[in-house]
Amino acid sequence: MSDINTAQGPIQAAPQRRHFVRSVLTNPTGLVASLVLLIVIASAIFAPLLAPNDPSAVQIFKVNAPAGEGYLFGGDGSGRDIWSRLVYGGRNTFLGALITVVIAASIGVTAGLFAGFYGRKLDLVARWISDGIMALPALIVLLAFYQALGASIYLSMAVFGVMLSPGFFRLTRNLVNGVKHELYIDAARVSGLSDLRIITKHILLSVRAPVVIQTSIVAGIAIVVQSGLEFLGLGDPSTPTWGGMLQDAFSNIYVSPRAILWPGLAITATVASLVLLANAIRDRMQQSGIQVRAPKIAPLAASGPQPFPGSDALLDVRDLVVAYPANDGWREVVKGVSLSLKRGEVLGLVGESGSGKSQTAFAILGLLSPGGRVLSGAIRFDGVDLARSSENDIQALRGKRIAYVPQEPMANLDPAFRIGFQLVEPMMTVLGISRAEATRRALKLLARVKLPDPERVFRAYPHEISGGMAQRVLIAGAVACSPDLLIADEPTTALDVTVQAEVLDLLRDLQKEFNMAVILVTHNFGVVADSCDRVAVMKDGRIVETNTATDLFGAPQHDYTRMLLDSVLEDGQTRTYRPPVVRGLQA
Amino acid sequence: MIRYLLKRIASGLALLCLVSTLTFMMVFGATENVARNILGENATADQVKALNSRLGLDRPLPVQFGDWVSHAVRGDLGPSWTMSESVTSALASRLPVTLSMVTIAVAMMAFVSAMLGIAAAVRGGWADRAIQIVSVAGFAMPNFWLGLLLVLTFSVELGWLPATGYVSFSASPSAWAASLVLPVAALVLSGIASASQQVRGAVIDALRQDYVRTLRARGVKPRSVLYRHALRNAMPAALTVLSVQFIALLGGAAVIERVFAIPGMGSLTVSAALIGDVPVLMGVVVTLIIVVVIVNILIDFLNAWANPKVRMS
Repeated sequence: MSDINTAQGPIQAAPQRRHFVRSVLTNPTGLVASLVLLIVIASAIFAPLLAPNDPSAVQIFKVNAPAGEGYLFGGDGSGRDIWSRLVYGGRNTFLGALITVVIAASIGVTAGLFAGFYGRKLDLVARWISDGIMALPALIVLLAFYQALGASIYLSMAVFGVMLSPGFFRLTRNLVNGVKHELYIDAARVSGLSDLRIITKHILLSVRAPVVIQTSIVAGIAIVVQSGLEFLGLGDPSTPTWGGMLQDAFSNIYVSPRAILWPGLAITATVASLVLLANAIRDRMQQSGIQVRAPKIAPLAASGPQPFPGSDALLDVRDLVVAYPANDGWREVVKGVSLSLKRGEVLGLVGESGSGKSQTAFAILGLLSPGGRVLSGAIRFDGVDLARSSENDIQALRGKRIAYVPQEPMANLDPAFRIGFQLVEPMMTVLGISRAEATRRALKLLARVKLPDPERVFRAYPHEISGGMAQRVLIAGAVACSPDLLIADEPTTALDVTVQAEVLDLLRDLQKEFNMAVILVTHNFGVVADSCDRVAVMKDGRIVETNTATDLFGAPQHDYTRMLLDSVLEDGQTRTYRPPVVRGLQA
Repeated sequence: MIRYLLKRIASGLALLCLVSTLTFMMVFGATENVARNILGENATADQVKALNSRLGLDRPLPVQFGDWVSHAVRGDLGPSWTMSESVTSALASRLPVTLSMVTIAVAMMAFVSAMLGIAAAVRGGWADRAIQIVSVAGFAMPNFWLGLLLVLTFSVELGWLPATGYVSFSASPSAWAASLVLPVAALVLSGIASASQQVRGAVIDALRQDYVRTLRARGVKPRSVLYRHALRNAMPAALTVLSVQFIALLGGAAVIERVFAIPGMGSLTVSAALIGDVPVLMGVVVTLIIVVVIVNILIDFLNAWANPKVRMS
């Protein structure tokens, strides 16, 4: 019951307080939830004013009476006024929830702050205890302790608070782990503040908002569990409680079925408001996480810009515009890119990170991240406009005619499957061959990409091989079905310097062997000089210069190209034809 | 892998020892009123004293505990103070009833929340909204109240299903199934609410991974990317929810069994708690901890299958 963890995901530091409360209340859900909660709490506080009858007064002729004649909701199994009991019942419910919340939060938050801040042994012990408590069915423990705790429901609710403290503990601990290495904490430490002061002053502040959410959730859980205990008869029979009312209604369910509605509705409305309020606060804090509603746009025009007359290009991209939904409409990341590529030609796509080069590559593959759209332009591959093809048609080309080598080798192998399977599965799908045939080919490919022990690699899981080996596996996977076009997105960036050259050599050999056209996305001019026939330089989503590799280095046309080249030279490294020497612009 | 599992088993045993010690001190430490509870208000002081000595309550607590442990390790949880049978035999007849109900509930919960969670992760739209509504409702409605509403609707008003009572599977499989429909339905709603949200998050996470793009770029069918690759990687998160929910359902069963008059562990616990049958309570807690530890180890096994990295550590 204590498993609802609402405070997941990125949560930003709480904004200014007054502003924050107002913005939660302007959210319709937040407003309604707060109002309901306020009404329920107020009616519990002012119960004597609202209840026309003594909640415990018995009128024998009102047993299971229908609504009316002084009893707004009728009488219960003993002839007491249901409405009055409902109003008074809120009192003990809120007191119980308050006890649970205070105990759970003070234990959990304190333990979480210290375990998170000091870590190591304290953290280990605290986590073991917290896991242990979470392994106990809380209600059973409360039942078992009932005799020891006595008839008071409040003691039970206090123990329940202890049992719910792991929720606060885990939340706080993870949040503290997240902030404790922030610069402002280091700064506070350097300036001589004591640990205790740092924890209470700086760290507590940053975990405040998620703890408020958790409090709201825990209060809801407490109300539900308390009513359950009272329903089972574990409460004090002399005080009116919602759970006790349900117990009474249950025993009279055939005589007066409607009596089970009111207490249940009271519990549900109260708890639902607590959850919805928590959701409203969380939404407010995660504003970056709120799904941006993509503005409506017209579908692509039926025909895109025409190819260059007489073009015999394998790939012809014209005026490509790629955009992602943003708060104020569409944000363009590729703003009218044109490029073309012949069979067997190698094109370098160069630019700083964020220049749109990877997005151009993904658009060609039809694999933009969720939300991404080609807004206009054309992507003609072998005469077919991929920007206007169905997902199924592009799907049929991927792997077979257009292949992809990614940037981060380790992140691009599925950790749950053996490497062999990850090569065999696509080949069986794309080429329609048997598993045995695919296995034979996969082993041959692994040998072809110069992996020392293909059989072992075939059987290995991704975490059992090195990054360089993983990149060879991915290259093997890309060329498995002899594609016409290979898109390599920074294929060497994540690798050790010593491995980079070998992987580039391998790519170059395979390119010649299969006569593939290659788009080599990179920010590394060494790679460009070494491998490319032509180069396109990108900046802010546009291509600023396209040139042959030789001319680009000899006589760069655009200022930006010149600046990029200069910045390489300013690093004090000479450009040579051994690519690893130049570490790239961002180094 | 074996070392990993041995570690989990050792940790489970440690938990079992710790919890049974604490529970024993708690429940056997507060037995002053038990004899009077059992004998009734009119019992004389001598009668109370005699009963206390017959139950062994006049001995020091550590001695009582040592005695209990020495029997418990042989599977003997002592005699019940209020029933004619031993605690072990009472549990043996009650546990299967509760476990069958909870197992069916967990299986249903897993299936429904997997479907709902995947649909919401992939399509959003109606499935997303359904999950949001179900999760607020499932959280806010006490399961026993939902059970009462179900009884009111389907038994009292419509007369489709039995309101209460439990028929054992061996007596009549169809009557057994009919007697479990409403209790299971009342039990699973809150589980579905939280589990489907977790599945949704885990699947969305898995689909965002780089290797998903690479698999798609290799021509792997979307169906396989989702059901084979993304789902397998979402498994650990989903399994964690399953174990948490299993524990929650064991507790929830106590109240539900009361509503539907099902003779399981839950109703046994409630009556033992109200009258103060301490050996039964002790037996229930120990048995449930063992069940939870076993289930958690099973889930660790599944996790190790789904996640090769775990097998290494």
